[in-house]
Order: sequence, then C-alpha cells, then structure tokens
Amino acid sequence: MSSIPHDHAHGHDHDHHHPTGLMRWITTTNHKDIGSMYLWFSFIMFLAGGVMALTIRAELFQPGLQVVNPELFNALTTLHGLVMVFGAIMPAFVGFANWMIPLMIGASDMAFARMNNWSFWLLPPAGLLLIGSFFVPGGAPGVGWTLYPPLTIQMGMGMDMAIFAIHILGMSSIMGSINIITTILNMRAPGMTLMKMPLFCWTWLITAYLLIAVMPVLAGAVTMLLTDRHFGTSFFNAAGGGDPVLFQHIFWFFGHPEVYIVILPGFGVVSQVIPAFSRKPLFGYASMVYATAAIAILSFVVWAHHMFTAGMPVAGLLFFMYATMLIAVPTGVKVFNWLATMWRGAITFEAPMLFSLGFIFLFTFGGFSGLVLSIVAIDIVLHDTYYVVAHFHYTMVAGALFSAYAALYYWLPKWTGHMYDETLAKWHFWLSLIFFNITFFVQHFLGLAGMPRRIPDYALQFAEFNLISTIGAFGFGITQLLALYIVLKCIKGGEKAPAKPWDGAEGLEWTVPSPAPYHTFEEPPVVR
Amino acid sequence: MSQQHAPYYYVPQPSRWPIVGSIAVGLLGTGAALWMNKIGAGPYVVLAGFAVLLYMLFGWFGTVIAESESGQYSKRVDASFRWSMSWFIFSEVMFFAAFFGALFYARVLSVPDLSSLEHQALLWEGFKGTWPSAGPYITEAFTPMGAWGIPAINTLLLLTSGVTLTWAHHGLLHNNRGQLKLGLFLTILLGAVFLALQVYEYIHAYQDLNLKLTSGIFGSTFFMLTGFHGFHVTLGATMLVVILVRAMKGHFKPENHFAFEAVAWYWHFVDVVWLLLFVVVYWL
Amino acid sequence: MALRAVKQFLKMDVRTVMNHKATWWARASAATAALVFAGVAHAERQLNMKLPVTQAGQTMYDLHTLMLVICAVIFVGVFGVMFYSLYAHRKSVNKNVATFHESHLVEVVWTVIPFVILLVMAFPATKAIIAMRDTSNPDLTIKVTGYQWKWGYDYLKGEGEGVRLVSNLSTPQDQIFDRTAKGENYLLEVDNPLVVPVGKKVRILTTADDVIHAWYVPELAVQQDATPGFIRDTWFKAEKVGTYRGQCAKLCGKDHAYMPIVVNVVSEADYAKWVGEQKKKMAAAGDNPDKTWTVPELVARGEKAFAANCAACHQANGRGLPPAFPSLVGSKVVTGPVAGHVDILLNGRAGTAMASFKQLSDVELAALVAYTRQSWGNKVDEIVQPADIKAIREGGKPGKQAAAKANGAAS
Ligand code: HEA
Ligand code: HEA
Ligand code: CUA
Ligand SMILES: [Cu+2]
Repeated sequence: MSSIPHDHAHGHDHDHHHPTGLMRWITTTNHKDIGSMYLWFSFIMFLAGGVMALTIRAELFQPGLQVVNPELFNALTTLHGLVMVFGAIMPAFVGFANWMIPLMIGASDMAFARMNNWSFWLLPPAGLLLIGSFFVPGGAPGVGWTLYPPLTIQMGMGMDMAIFAIHILGMSSIMGSINIITTILNMRAPGMTLMKMPLFCWTWLITAYLLIAVMPVLAGAVTMLLTDRHFGTSFFNAAGGGDPVLFQHIFWFFGHPEVYIVILPGFGVVSQVIPAFSRKPLFGYASMVYATAAIAILSFVVWAHHMFTAGMPVAGLLFFMYATMLIAVPTGVKVFNWLATMWRGAITFEAPMLFSLGFIFLFTFGGFSGLVLSIVAIDIVLHDTYYVVAHFHYTMVAGALFSAYAALYYWLPKWTGHMYDETLAKWHFWLSLIFFNITFFVQHFLGLAGMPRRIPDYALQFAEFNLISTIGAFGFGITQLLALYIVLKCIKGGEKAPAKPWDGAEGLEWTVPSPAPYHTFEEPPVVR
Repeated sequence: MSQQHAPYYYVPQPSRWPIVGSIAVGLLGTGAALWMNKIGAGPYVVLAGFAVLLYMLFGWFGTVIAESESGQYSKRVDASFRWSMSWFIFSEVMFFAAFFGALFYARVLSVPDLSSLEHQALLWEGFKGTWPSAGPYITEAFTPMGAWGIPAINTLLLLTSGVTLTWAHHGLLHNNRGQLKLGLFLTILLGAVFLALQVYEYIHAYQDLNLKLTSGIFGSTFFMLTGFHGFHVTLGATMLVVILVRAMKGHFKPENHFAFEAVAWYWHFVDVVWLLLFVVVYWL
Repeated sequence: MALRAVKQFLKMDVRTVMNHKATWWARASAATAALVFAGVAHAERQLNMKLPVTQAGQTMYDLHTLMLVICAVIFVGVFGVMFYSLYAHRKSVNKNVATFHESHLVEVVWTVIPFVILLVMAFPATKAIIAMRDTSNPDLTIKVTGYQWKWGYDYLKGEGEGVRLVSNLSTPQDQIFDRTAKGENYLLEVDNPLVVPVGKKVRILTTADDVIHAWYVPELAVQQDATPGFIRDTWFKAEKVGTYRGQCAKLCGKDHAYMPIVVNVVSEADYAKWVGEQKKKMAAAGDNPDKTWTVPELVARGEKAFAANCAACHQANGRGLPPAFPSLVGSKVVTGPVAGHVDILLNGRAGTAMASFKQLSDVELAALVAYTRQSWGNKVDEIVQPADIKAIREGGKPGKQAAAKANGAAS
C-alpha cells in the first residue's frame, strides 16, 4: 500500500496570490488553517451545548418547574446531546487530526486539501440547522438525541431540520474520514512504516474506518424517519408491519461505534502524552494497536446493550451482554499499558500530563459503571436513569473532553509558537476535576435511587443530589471559560516555544519550528 | 498549461468551490425542511440549492479535470484517488445495508411477531404474518411486483451494461478510441433503458397493482430500496455521460485514466446491488 | 451463599462509609439547601439501590453488590499502582529511568486475568437473566397500556379478571409550580393505583397507544418498554405488602415526568375485597350507555371526563398550547360536523400529538363532545348520544389512518 514509487520532484510553487482576511479562511486548502477552524468551531459548539446543559441543570436545581417548560426542557436535552457529540467533541478531534497527522507522518498536507475544506465548511450549515430549530414553530425536537420514533413522528419542523443537519454532518464526517484514511495510507514519509506511526495516527485511522462504516447507516435511519414522517411509509410503524424497535437497532448499530469514535482519538492523544511526560517509550505499542482494532471490531456487535428493556429473547440478551463485557479486555490492556509506560519513568506534571492522568482515572471509572450496566439484570433497573447519564459523562466529559484538553495543551506551543500559562492551565485542570465530580458523581446515587433521565421535574427524594450536581455544573462551566482565556493569552504572546518544548516528546511534529510554518514537509523527511 | 513534470504531491491552491457547495447543501436542507412542512418558500429554496449545487459541481470537477489533464497529478495522487473511491463505495454499501437491514428485520422479525398468538389475541386479531405484508392494520390490498417480468429484463440490461463498459475499458487500454466511445455509449443507453423501465414499473405498480409507498412495510421497503438504487443508477449514468464527453474531447490515456475507472467501479457496484435487490426484493 | 457473605460484608462497610458521606453531603447541601428552601434538607438520602421486595430483585441487588466489590477492588489495585508510580517515579526523585517498552509475558497476563474476572461476573449474571425472563404460568396477568400521559391497567387473567383502571398523576398543579408546598409523594402519587396480591406471580404485558413508554418500578426490579403495536412482557412476585412507586422511564413527550406508577401490594384477603369493590363500582358508576341523556347531563359528565383526559394538553380553559396543542375554542372540528368530532376522538389525528381515546366509554365520549361544544363560548347544538358512539364504533375497525396514528405514522 505504502510502496508506491516516490518521484522526488520539486514541491509546488508558492508565488500564488493567497486570499487574505475572511476569504483566506473560507477558501483555504491548508491543513493547519482547516485544523484551527475545526477547533474554534468545536469550542463554540461546546459553549452552546454547555449553555443548554446549564439551563437543564438550572431547571433541575430544585423540584418543581421554575426555569423552562417541559417541551423546551426536552428540546434542550436533545440538542445538548446532539450538539456536544456531533458539534463539539467530534470536530475537536478532527481538528487535531488535521493539524497533526500530516505533521506526524511527514506529509505536506491532507490527501485532498480542497475536499478537506469542504468537510469543515459543511459544519456551519449543519450547526445552523440544529440551533435554528429552536426558533421555528414547534421548536427544537424534544425526542432525545437518540431520536426514537414514534415520538419523532409527532415533532414539528424542527425535527426535519435536525434530520437534514445529521445528513450534512454525515457527509462531512465521511469525507473527512476518507481524507484521513487516504492521507495515512498513502502519504507517510519514506521509511515511516505503519508500525512506526505515532499511536494518535493509528487510533484515528481506525476511528475513520468506524466513521465510514456507521455514518451512512445513521443517514439511512434518519432518512426512514423522514419518509415515515412525511411520505406515509411504515418502517417504524406496527400498523404497517414495521417496528419502532427497528429504529433502535439501526440507531445503536451506529450509536455504539459512535461512542468509540468519540473516545479512540482520545486514547491516541493519551498514548502520545504519557510517554512524553514519563520520558520513557510507550509500553506495548503493538498491543496498543491490536487493542484499538479489537475495540473497534467488537463495537459492531454490542449495540443492543442500549435496548435491554425493549424486550428481547434471552439468547439475544446474553449474546449482547457477553460481547459488551468483552470490550473491557482490550480497554484494560490500554489502561495497563499506560501504567507500565509511567512505571519507573521520570514523570513530570505539566497540564497535558495532568489531563491525561485525569482521563485514565475517571475514564476507567466510567468504564466500570459501563460494565455494571452491561449486566442485563442490573441494567433493567438502571436503564434510562441518571446512572446512565453519570456513566456516559464519565466516559465522554472526563474521557473525551479531558483528552481533548490534554491534546490542546500538548500541541498549543507548536501552533502558536508560545508556551501557554502553565499555572492557569493547572488551575483549569484541578477545578475541572473537582467540579466534574461534584456534578456527575452524585448522579450515580440518583440513578441507583431510580431517578429517570430526561425529566424536568422530580420527586423530593432526589432533591439534594440534584442541587449538588447543579452547583458543580455551574462551577465546571465557568472553569471552561478559563481554558478560552488561556488559549487567547497563548496566541497573543508568552514565552517563546522551542521546536520541541517537551523534552520527552517524540515524533516528526517536533522537528519543525514552533510555530509550525504554513507549509511543512513539502519534501518528505526520511524516517529510519 | 504545458505538460510539466508533476510535483511530488499536488496540493491545490485556495478554492471557492467548497463554500459554494456548502451554501448549496445549506439551501437544500433548509428548503426541504420548509417544503415538507408546506411553507411557501420551500420549493424555490430547494430549486436555488440545486442550481448552486450544479454550478459547484461543474466548477469543481472542471478544475479537477483541468489539473489532471495538465499533468499535475503524480502517481501518488492517483493512488490517493483509488483509495478514496474504494472507501467512498464502501460507505455507500453501508448506506444500502441500512435499508436491506430494515427489509430483513421486517420479514424475519416484526411481521411474524405481529401475527403471534398473543398479538392476535390482544392487538391485531386475525392478522396473518405472511410476506408480502402491508401490516395488520392497512386493509387496502395490493399485488407485489413479480420478479420475472420487467425486473428480470432489467437484470439482463444491467449485466450487459457491465460487459459493454468493460469492453469500452479494453478499447481505452488498447488505444481503440472508437471502441471506447461506442462501449460507453451502449452502457449509457442500457442504463437509460433500465431507468425508463423502472419508471414504467412504478407507474404500473401505482395504477394496476395498487402497490404504493404507503402499502405498509412491503411498499416502504420496496420503494425505498429500488428507489435509492434507481437514484444511484441515475448518478452513475450521469457520470458516464461526463466520461463519454471527455473521451470525445480526447481525454484519457491508456496508462492514465482513473476518472474512467472510478466511474466503472461505481457502475459495477450499482450493478451488484441490483442483483441483491432482484433476489431479496423481487424474487424471494 | 458466597454472595450473601459479600453482601453482609459490604452492608457494614458501606454503612460506615455512607454515614461518613452522609454527614458530608448533609453539610454541603443543607447549607445551600437552607438558602434555597427548607424541606429539601429533610428529604431522605439514598446512596444505594432501594432494597427490592422480589426474589429476582434480591438476586439483582446481590449481583450489583458483587460487581461493585469486584470493580472497587480492581480500581483500588490499578490506581494504587498508578499513584505509587506517580509518587516514586516522579522526575525529581527517580534518577535511574528505565527504558523497557514491552514484555509479552505481562501483556498476556493482563489480558487473561481480566477475561477470567469477566467470567466470574458473567456466570451469576447469566443465571439471573434466565430466571428473570421466565414469565411462564403466572397467577395474575395484567395488561399495562401507556398513553400520553397516563397508564391503563386491564386485569386479563386470574382473580379480578375484567377490572379496568386508568391511572393519572394526582399531584396538583399548584405544587408543581411552587404555589403550594410539595407533598411527601410529590409526583409519585396517582388517582387509581395498581393493586396486586402479595406473594403471587404477576405477569405484566406492556403495550402503548401512541409512543414508547416504559413501565418502571425500582423496588419490584422491573422495567419494560411499552411499544405501540407490540406486546412485551415482564413479571414480578412481591414478597412484602406495601406501596411501591415508580415512573415512566422512556421519554414520551411533554409530560414524560408526570406519569408515575403506584403499585399497592396487599394481602390476599384485602385483594379479594378490593376486586369486589371494583366490580361493584363498575356496575354502579357504569354510566348507562343505553338511556338517552339530556344535554346538561352530558355536559356535566363531560366536564369531569375533560379534566381527566384532555385538560393536560388542551388546558382547562380549552385554549390549548398552540401550535402543539391547538385551542378548542371555535376550532373547526369542535364546531364542525359531529361525525368528524367523534372520529378525531376515536382515532386521533395522524402526525400530531392528538391520540386516540377509544379506550374511553361511550358515555364519556358523548359527554366530551357535548361539553366541548357547549363550553368556552362554543355554542353548537348538534351533539351525539352514547348509543350513537356505540354504533359508530361498531362501524368496524378504525381505518388505516387511525391505525397509522395509533402507531404514530404521518398520513
Ligand atoms: C466515550 C463514550 C463511551 C464509552 C467509551 C463507553 C464505554 C462503555 N459503555 Fe457506554 N455509553 C455511552 C458512552 C460510552 N460508553 C453513552 C453516550 C451511553 C448512553 C447513550 C444514551 O442512551 O443516550 C452509554 C450507555 C451504555 C450502556 C446502556 C445503558 C442503558 O441505557 O441502560 C451500556 C450497557 O451495557 C454501556 C456499557 C459500556 C461498556 C461496557 C463500555 C466499555 O467500553 C468500558 C470498558 C472500560 C473499562 C471496563 C475500564 C478499564 C478496564 C480495566 C481497568 C480492565 C480491568 C477491568 C475488568 C476486568 C472489569 N454504555
Ligand atoms: C461529549 C458530549 C457531552 C458533553 C461534553 C456534555 C457536557 C455536560 N452535560 Fe451532557 N449529555 C450528553 C453529552 C455530553 N454532555 C449526551 C449525549 C446526553 C444525552 C442527551 C439525551 O438524553 O438525549 C447528555 C445529557 C445530559 C444531562 C441529562 C439531561 C436529561 O436527561 O434530561 C445532563 C444533566 O445534568 C447533562 C449535563 C451536562 C453538563 C453539566 C455538562 C458540562 O460538562 C458542560 C460544561 C460546559 C459549559 C457549561 C460551557 C462552557 C461555559 C460557558 C458557555 C459560559 C457560561 C457558563 C456559565 C455562565 C456558568 N448532560
Ligand atoms: Cu410515558 Cu415517559
Ligand atoms: Cu453502547
């Protein structure tokens, strides 16, 4: 695959007029520009989704209805889920991929620079459709990010906007993934064999495969929703011989791999950061690669663990339970490898390391709650309660989001040419860590006590923990503004960053100066 | 531009086509949403969207073709195209998989379940879960589409079109431009006839068989699968036309003609999907 | 056996931890709570699952305890190692940095051991699940139907066969909008609870009329989705007399938070008594569908029915919450031909939140027609008698459109 003859000709000429101002960003074909745009878009979406989350938490501050009405509450829950997953986390990691993969494998740019630009510029229209749905008659869909029919059928125009937004996001993800796969398979520098590739590239390669495998499936599912809504088909309608549960199967066939799409690049980041700050090579590189692949493959056969209460034959329940539990093994391998990497290293605790350690600690915790949920008999009483909400915020906020922050602080010097403010960054970590747990740890208790999710109002017995959770949420929220400040400060100035600001760091990205010049590796470096 | 030696890896200059494409898609999404909710502007917004989309497609592919013809694309770029096309087709396969999955689920799980004793006793008395089915409540009768009429013919058409396309490819490889153009032309013709027959079949279904999109799960899966496939045939045929035009302009060399191969791959993929359709939708 | 031991152990241990945490939470929250509003501070605090009152529930509870313990042990082990390493191998102290980066032996070990641990978890889980799904030969079979936003209970087989209840939230709006203090069972109280005998295997068949709901009662360790158009089942056998409360667990729209479940588990004797009363009530209250009602009678009856079935969406003043829930004041349907009016009540309206109300009695429906046509300034004389409704009903199955609606497809 990578053995295509390299004809070493001169790189392409620069003396082209480059548009400036806004047009530069709109028309750019430069992976660094596009990476930055992805990251900014993702952070804006994060703030949007966060404000929704805080509104939700405000309503749940105490029993009774005070802040929003139930319809709006459901809409907020739905959009919070969609915006955070599709608008904040996924684009964030695509942004890191755009910035770093070419630098890590010694390529001059992404394989399809123009299509790369389109992948990004498809996001704003999608984002507008999603957020815009709040302002149309009937409001945003209040069906949950899982879009279960028949409730979906009852919604107004906002539902259709969400559906088309998902179509567009799908296009974007598929093009982006094809771009990443092609770049990695076809543009590695001479001598950079697959098994020499930084792990971040590996996890992204596998993530990209997951994406092109399941995004079209989601598109198909929402298309059927659309025809059921407007063209009288009966895919999810028992009256016509269809079945609402069919949608659940198709959605989760997408949905479970999706959650690994969210976390795998994070695994990659942590696998770059831990060795760098332990000043010791990554332990078990090969097994890391195999474990990632194993997780990806298993993720296709566990989807029904989201449907244990839908009514399934015992055989089905058992199969999906066993398959789900199995995922603990490869994930465990990763956790253990990270520990072994630190073992007898020379560890220091800069912000990227702190966020990576926070990641390992809290993600594993979330993994365990996942394991508890995978036991059918237990899931029966915990399904659709706050225990699940707690589980997936441990995996997605303390998991995906923390690893994203680790990546941010790890590569920020390379992007801006300045060191970020380490003290503030440490504050950002510790405050996030504390407020995160205040927000979500207590939600386990709520779930165990039987508080259902997606409710704007609750019985008195849940009052105290909800109150605590809300306080934590606002603390966490404000803390995130600190991150924004740190980034802006770092862009504006600060101590000059050397080409390799982390003495333990490895890889081609540290061989180019900081800030990384606009064009890099036009003549591929040779890796031994 | 003259045939200079290709750069190591061609990275295109800034381009406005992507943003044009995004505007098009945005218009299409918004317009469709409006239209489906019977809000006046809808159809026009969609129309505008299509217009912009066409403009973008022409412009973008125009640029790509120009770059390719001016020898900007090295072997490595060519390899990139091959990877990307294969994985694009894979994603299409998964798209179809969702609809095939729905058909399978309905036939094997939901319909039999709805006719189980308990369901008959409590919800759908007297429902026979025999396929083809429109479900327990949709009383309107319909006749399913038989396999051995038009569908069989269509199968032959598509299979032949696969052959003629390969024949055309051989023409290209042996620099026999006449064979190339004739082969392409025949392929497009067969594709067009296939589509015409599909249209006729739909009319027949609606008028004579009372088989509609609203005919329960059978109608739903039937029209969704065949329709989605028909849409892909249309795309494939359009791309073939482009290739034919380019062939007439003297584009493509025996050693370098990936555009042709890409479209050929796509066409064969659509072909294979049809075979699957023929078996599980019409025949069984 | 071993499980019991584990549980005992954990019970003690957790309690100490609990108390510890408890006081902690108490301080943390009571302080804030005091500022917010009193009452909360006194609310019960719950750190673990409620102790279930069924055998299946017990096994589930023990399973969870087992999982908790195993995971806790692994967690402490794994992170004990990590924090030790962070401490002992920090740059400032660790001068002899190692360079090893693989060891097939340990990698195999930490692949195999977790696998074995999983087996330990899977074994009891499998047994529990097989028992849990065995709904065969019940003593009592009840069909539970989810409506937006209430529950319907039909006693199908066993003692009490034929009894039918509709169970609505009974918490007053004033409490929800903080106009009055909240009762202790705020949002977990209903007008007609489900009543079942203690120590009997009760099989629950779930289905729904409009969208998916889920019948969830933690202490009975049951949660089963109620899917429109399908029958799914679960079962429980309560070992303790008492009142057990739960909620609809699947997002089902506007009032998802407001369709609680209350199950009264009573002694056999009390159950028999209850069934007797229900039968009598139904005979008596059974508003006679065959007599011809006067308009005022119908309107009076209709006001009750409206409050119980319609006001949630269309509001007591009939003005609804447009666009989702249209106003009935001067509405085309209500002021139009009565046939259309009856049809929408029986069949609902496809693609909207207007559900079918065919579950209501002929009298109730006729009464609703009369009431809505003669209230809030609506003045339409054309109304129907219960008998007419009966006739219309027997006009055969509802049409496709109705069915489509019942299962939520657009027309
Ligand atoms: C980043 C996202 C992410 C990740 C990584 C995971 C990981 C896992 N999840 Fe999670 N999950 C979600 C996101 C995620 N989940 C979301 C969003 C939902 C809710 C969707 C919705 O309904 O809205 C959900 C819901 C969900 C459910 C359904 C709950 C319900 O609705 O009733 C279940 C049930 O099985 C589950 C299980 C698991 C398991 C077993 C893992 C495993 O992969 C975890 C494996 C990791 C470990 C186990 C820890 C490390 C391992 C070791 C240290 C080795 C030693 C350990 C042992 C041998 C035990 N998840
Ligand atoms: C990766 C994805 C992701 C992320 C990052 C988050 C982040 C957060 N989530 Fe999210 N959540 C989901 C994915 C995610 N969530 C999903 C998929 C669901 C399920 C949806 C469904 O049920 O359909 C869900 C559901 C969900 C619920 C349950 C809602 C319900 O069931 O009704 C709650 C409730 O507490 C919640 C809370 C939060 C909070 C407090 C944060 C915080 O971490 C957010 C912190 C960020 C900010 C606050 C923004 C930054 C700050 C500002 C913008 C400044 C303004 C702030 C102040 C003035 C204080 N989430
Ligand atoms: Cu009914 Cu939620
Ligand atoms: Cu999952």
